[in-house]
Amino acid sequence: MNIETKSELPLYEVFIRSKNGLDHKHVGSLHASDAEMALTNARDVYTRRGEGVSIWVVKSTDIVASSPEDRGSFYEPSDDKLYRHPTFFELPDEVGHL
Amino acid sequence: MDVIDQEHDELETAFQAKVEAEQRIEPKDWMPEKYRQTLIRQMSQHAHSEIVGMLPEGNWLTRAPSLKRKTILMAKIQDEGGHGLYLYSATETLGISRDEMFEQLHSGKAKYSSIFNYPTLNWADIGAIGWLVDGAAITNQIALCRCSYGPYARAMIRICKEESFHQRQGYDIMMTMAQGTKEQREMAQDALNRWWWPTLMMFGPNDANSANSAQSMKWRIKRQSNDDLRQKFVDATVPQAEFLGLTIPDDKLAWNDVRGHYDFGEIDWEEFKAVVKGNGLCNRERLQARVDAHDGGKWVRDAALAYAAKKADRKAKAA
Ligand SMILES: [Fe+2]
Ligand SMILES: [Fe+2]
Repeated sequence: MNIETKSELPLYEVFIRSKNGLDHKHVGSLHASDAEMALTNARDVYTRRGEGVSIWVVKSTDIVASSPEDRGSFYEPSDDKLYRHPTFFELPDEVGHL
Repeated sequence: MDVIDQEHDELETAFQAKVEAEQRIEPKDWMPEKYRQTLIRQMSQHAHSEIVGMLPEGNWLTRAPSLKRKTILMAKIQDEGGHGLYLYSATETLGISRDEMFEQLHSGKAKYSSIFNYPTLNWADIGAIGWLVDGAAITNQIALCRCSYGPYARAMIRICKEESFHQRQGYDIMMTMAQGTKEQREMAQDALNRWWWPTLMMFGPNDANSANSAQSMKWRIKRQSNDDLRQKFVDATVPQAEFLGLTIPDDKLAWNDVRGHYDFGEIDWEEFKAVVKGNGLCNRERLQARVDAHDGGKWVRDAALAYAAKKADRKAKAA
């Protein structure tokens, strides 16, 4: 981000799966010289009490993110497709659970 | 009013409405510049406190009375390092780099909690720190779990989960000493005498003298006032001291039936100001230890970067 901080170790985002069957979840970030160090540091920093069974690390600069300002137009294509929600359809009571 | 001002006002109104609706603010959302600056200051100071807080306890690692106490204390201190990292990581989402934060700490521009400028003179101090200092930190941190800034609130939740171990290990040391020999009981009492008032100072100035508090409350960075949190801590801690058979060093301390709280004496604010200003017993020593650790680790960071570059280079050539 800053030119004078170029000697800083690169920033990695850390994602942890707390147990099998659950998604990886973002937990924070850390600095490391490479992916391998990022993984071991993530283990030391974010899983000191068995918080995870699997860790992903991704260089922060490699993450592409949507921006909140264009939230409206960005999600618009789905906003006008109300029929994607089951509640769009009216069912007679006699049909029961569907 | 020109268009830009008006647009800014609208953004600010929308921001305030969002905060009041208990919606969290996330890193890329629009926020008032002062909100960002307040958070950077508070969160980085909080991170620095976790890291500097490792030093007074580190002093007793090699002198802990048993292997069990040593390994427990080691794990506790390691947690504090982790807390620092969670908080630095959360602060970086506001657009300040880790190096800038270190630079602010090392140059003395950024503060850390004054409590860590007091010395740890004997083993009972480690008990008193866990019980009182971590106890006060938990009181503050629980309130911050509902802070309006998402990354800060999430870091706080993670930290609070780990803190109760810290307080219990401290109380466990105090219980052992309070039930021990006469000399051990005296050590425990002496530690309580020295740590009680500095611990109460951890909650900051009285509400009437806390200039930034009102704005922070409005932005829901702060959820409870300094005095409310301090009262909460005193109410919770007095019975714990009674159980230990130790006396809190405050002759004004008394249960107030009307208020439903303990009344307590006035903090020595002159001492508080002096320590914040840098004239505590250990200010210089603590800061020097941080600078030395950072400078001493430079060759490791440089070597790690060089190694990573060499590996990447080799991989590129092999491809
Ligand atoms: Fe902590
Ligand atoms: Fe702690």
